[in-house]
Amino acid sequence: MHPAPSVIIFTTLSGLGFGLLFFLGLGMPDVSGWVAFVFFVIAYGLSVGGLMASTFHLGHPERALKAFTQWRSSWLSREGWCAVIALLVMGLYAIGLVFFGQRWGFFGLIGAGFALATVFTTSMIYTQLKTIPRWNMKLTPAMFLSFSLAGGSLLAGQTSLAVPLLLAAAFVQAFYWWLGDKAFATSGTDLGTATGLGARGAVRAFEPPHTGTNYLLREFVFVVGRKHAEKLRIIAFVLAFMVPVLLLVLPFSHFFAALAVLSHLAGVAVSRWLFFAQAEHVVGLYYGKR
Amino acid sequence: MTQLPSSTDRKMGLVIDLDTCVGCHACVISCKGWNTENYGAPLSDQDAYGADPSGTFLNRVHSYEVRPAEGPAQLIHFPKSCLHCEDAPCVTVCPTGASYKRVEDGIVLVNESDCIGCGLCAWSCPYGARELDQAEGVMKKCTLCVDRIYNENLPEVDRVPSCVRTCPAGARHFGDLGDPESDVSKLVAEREGMDLMPEMGTKPVNKYLPPRPKDQIEDQIDILAPLLAPVAEEPKGFLGWLDKTLEKL
Ligand code: SF4
Ligand code: SF4
Ligand code: SF4
Repeated sequence: MHPAPSVIIFTTLSGLGFGLLFFLGLGMPDVSGWVAFVFFVIAYGLSVGGLMASTFHLGHPERALKAFTQWRSSWLSREGWCAVIALLVMGLYAIGLVFFGQRWGFFGLIGAGFALATVFTTSMIYTQLKTIPRWNMKLTPAMFLSFSLAGGSLLAGQTSLAVPLLLAAAFVQAFYWWLGDKAFATSGTDLGTATGLGARGAVRAFEPPHTGTNYLLREFVFVVGRKHAEKLRIIAFVLAFMVPVLLLVLPFSHFFAALAVLSHLAGVAVSRWLFFAQAEHVVGLYYGKR
Repeated sequence: MTQLPSSTDRKMGLVIDLDTCVGCHACVISCKGWNTENYGAPLSDQDAYGADPSGTFLNRVHSYEVRPAEGPAQLIHFPKSCLHCEDAPCVTVCPTGASYKRVEDGIVLVNESDCIGCGLCAWSCPYGARELDQAEGVMKKCTLCVDRIYNENLPEVDRVPSCVRTCPAGARHFGDLGDPESDVSKLVAEREGMDLMPEMGTKPVNKYLPPRPKDQIEDQIDILAPLLAPVAEEPKGFLGWLDKTLEKL
């Protein structure tokens, strides 16, 4: 899949932002007044900024409101609803904390629930696609959720939680890569089933339908970055998990904490780039490509 | 409306004969010609006369080589457009309701004024049957020429999809695949029409007729073989001696 910057920014930032909202909703840290204000500005900046970035790849962003209509069947629509509800309810909760010094725990809990539900519905947009075997795995939502919780706890300064959550996310990530590398082969789809001609012999794409490129090839067949995938995986793993964990177990300092957050953010962004760049769509088979 | 109907009254679709398709791309051109000036937004091209041309098409023809374990390889031309799947993932993923399947005839369409151009339906289609038009920012796909097949302004003979009407080899057939008595259903039964990527669970309405087995070259020569059979099976005389000697070496 084409790793469009808009979707990478969107999933990275809003995953982190909704993760932070989740912990804020649970009262971790238990802040109020100005400190709460700063926390909420960061959380809303990340989550709303991410959501805005996601509208950049739309052909008609001005019609985006229509996307709320099909929540009965569409994960994209459900994601929209969860995000709006989470942001509204957490807004009420934030008003209580910032302006009245009151913790309306009920709103916090509901908001936290919808914050996680937003991350889950985002992940389901990808997970539901049978056409992309690497995404069509139960581990995909696990990965999005574990990343969001790890990043959220890191941003919320919950050091004792962040270390195990980062380690858990690291484990899920490694497992995801391991399973994902086998996903296309185990899906059972190849040029033989794609053309229905597999039983007659070895099928090879002989002539493409056109000499130039097209939307399908630009969007679904992205092979440029695969060469460096192994190196990028190591970079992503070290930045997203190893460095933050190391910095957290060192004696606490605000500088280290900030560094841990930045390193995590960069690592997750690289991991998300790989998530798209390495995902192979079955339509590539028709073009003799993967 | 992006929930799928539990059943449709009819299942209109195409039957594509891989045995007779000659790979001339006439259906590609007639499809583009008809659909760029009828239903919905035109099918735009980018850099059409430049170095890197590309454009929106609803139907494309691939060519594949099949090499059996024994015997000669076969070249198979392979037209591909929307299969109007019964269990169409492109419909259920759509957040706006723009992508829908009609209850009356099973045709899968895009309501372009509702489409936000998110592209998710194209991501979900295993067959590459949807293309986001780069000029309009909306999703384009085969309409089964919905503006021809019921169009009483056209002579009756033209009330079939443009690609079907155009195909010079008669490799494309149009009809109701939900009616077992229809010509297309009979054709599918007789020729063992198949689904593409059945493992995807999309239940395509369009069917593909597999190529018939090729005649073997040996058999053909056999027609004349009695006339051409060598008169002397075993060489005799000097040639016989030569043959034996050479064999011993
Ligand atoms: S072929 Fe693709 S676009 Fe057409 S109905 Fe099936 S899934 Fe949808
Ligand atoms: S591109 Fe248009 S038709 Fe396709 S899923 Fe998005 S809104 Fe629906
Ligand atoms: S039925 Fe019409 S829209 Fe579909 S491929 Fe044929 S000509 Fe194109």
